Amino acid sequence: MARRIEKAKFNKADSLVVLKNSLSNISNFQVMSVLVFIDHSDGQIKKTSLEALSYGAALGKQLAVPAEGVLLGSVKEDLSSLGKYGVQKIHQINQESLNQLDAEQYIRIIATLAESGGASVIILSHTNTGRAIAPGLSARLKAGLVTGATELPHTTDGFIVKKNVFSGKAFCTVSIKTPIKIISLNPNVFPVITGTGTAEVIQENITLVPSVVSIKSVSKASGEIPLTEAEIVVSGGRGMKGPENWGPIEELAKLLHAATACSRPVADAGWRPHHEHVGQTGIAIAPNLYIAVGISGAIQHLAGVNRSKVIVVINKDPEAPFFKSADYGIVGDAFEVLPKLIQEVKKLKGLA
Amino acid sequence: MKILVCISKTPDTTAKIAFTDNNRKFVTEGVQWILNPYDEWYALVRAIEIKEKDPSVVIHLVTVGGPDCDPVIRKALALGGDEAIRINTEPGDSFYVANQIASIAKPGGYDLILTGKETIDYNGASVGGMLAAILDLPFISLAAKLELTGDIATLVREIEGGEETVEVKLPLVVGCQKGMAEQRIPNMKGIMGARSKPLKIVEPVTSDSLTEIVSFELPAAKKGVRLVPADNPEELIKLLHDEAKVI
Repeated sequence: MARRIEKAKFNKADSLVVLKNSLSNISNFQVMSVLVFIDHSDGQIKKTSLEALSYGAALGKQLAVPAEGVLLGSVKEDLSSLGKYGVQKIHQINQESLNQLDAEQYIRIIATLAESGGASVIILSHTNTGRAIAPGLSARLKAGLVTGATELPHTTDGFIVKKNVFSGKAFCTVSIKTPIKIISLNPNVFPVITGTGTAEVIQENITLVPSVVSIKSVSKASGEIPLTEAEIVVSGGRGMKGPENWGPIEELAKLLHAATACSRPVADAGWRPHHEHVGQTGIAIAPNLYIAVGISGAIQHLAGVNRSKVIVVINKDPEAPFFKSADYGIVGDAFEVLPKLIQEVKKLKGLA
Repeated sequence: MKILVCISKTPDTTAKIAFTDNNRKFVTEGVQWILNPYDEWYALVRAIEIKEKDPSVVIHLVTVGGPDCDPVIRKALALGGDEAIRINTEPGDSFYVANQIASIAKPGGYDLILTGKETIDYNGASVGGMLAAILDLPFISLAAKLELTGDIATLVREIEGGEETVEVKLPLVVGCQKGMAEQRIPNMKGIMGARSKPLKIVEPVTSDSLTEIVSFELPAAKKGVRLVPADNPEELIKLLHDEAKVI
């Protein structure tokens, strides 16, 4: 332990010299810490980041080091309240331009804070943002990276992280061998753990370098629940027979606060937008509940959804392979089953 | 204009996933190897489309691996790459692979480096971003569209909850995904021509791996489906609410 602290101190002194011009008034982290990157969108902290904060705090406890957060830009929420997820400090770089993803800038800032603060582990979410920055951060810090982690690392002998491989068909455990370690956590695999506590909020002044990527336009689907964040997903396949029949899927999804998804043939036929395609070559999701209607369950589709905690399959073909991977199933015609299901969900929600 | 497309071989999407040697090794017997779909369908085909518009474009392919990669390299050449480079070493982790590719990319003077968003075997989604950082180039992840006007690339990339359009000056590294292009089948002329296209084999540079796979494991088998009669969806809702506790 003593040797590792020495090393961290050395890094700190070293990097401060390098960063003299780009960084002023950097606050002191404690030597050795877990640093969690906090992502946000439209002034709201992402749920995946609350999972990452809870994960980082749990890991900090496990390693007996403090957990801290870093937020680039600003959110509506009072950052000190993030202490309830178990982090002691939040470092904020409150500059308007950082409210939009700028991978190069983000990497530079996080690397700078991690080095100067002696962070031994950096946690991100394996989301669109995490995918944009974690690999660059890893190469820049020469810090071993495991993407898509599914649980807390084992740290009694080395530093071993479990992740999904083969598109959800298997797991592997990976040993990170470098002094700084980076983990990007899969969404919806670690609970948000809320306690009490207040975090100290530290404003960092960092001089930004001009961005090489210029953002021309941003379009976000408002009111829809993003697929990768949804706890419940209702999905339709070729068995729905045509785009005009999607009403009941959408109604069921709305009642359950779920996102809608579809299989590849449906997206390829243009019945539904491509961003709804889940599967091996589309989006991989891991909701608490996945309801598949009229989807036969080809192996490529399963690869995108097999991390779902509970799978419900509704299909009129009792031989549909999807039933083998399902937890619950109904063999029946979707057009008859869906209206009844909708009715029952309404009853459950006190709407009928 | 020179484009470098990074390709990788992966097990076929229907391959049986099993492990041996005390769960330390993936069982490769009987596995059909394919070009990683993201590398092929999106990165490579988009490069070919760019070349079809401007025949002066040169497409190089690079992969890291042993001679067992050669069939997928030939397929990529059949689709439309001009020449291929195989760095003759067992791929270590993403950082090792990125360093190997950087050793080709750096002296190669490429304007555009395309990768798939991830491979479907290790799902690291890391090589492109690491490569960009090593080369000190911008990296656009999860790109669904790419257009070139002179030395300016206009890209649409997926961000949290939506997409954004960005402009970047070449050179840059792009991670490609669905939307970028459509899958193609190589034609006979391409297949015949691929045989005489150059495939250079180069030795690796020295690089560390920062991580190491310890072991594999298969997910616990499902208990088996519990079927609910079609005329009793109330039962299903009850099970989801009371037993599974997901609604």
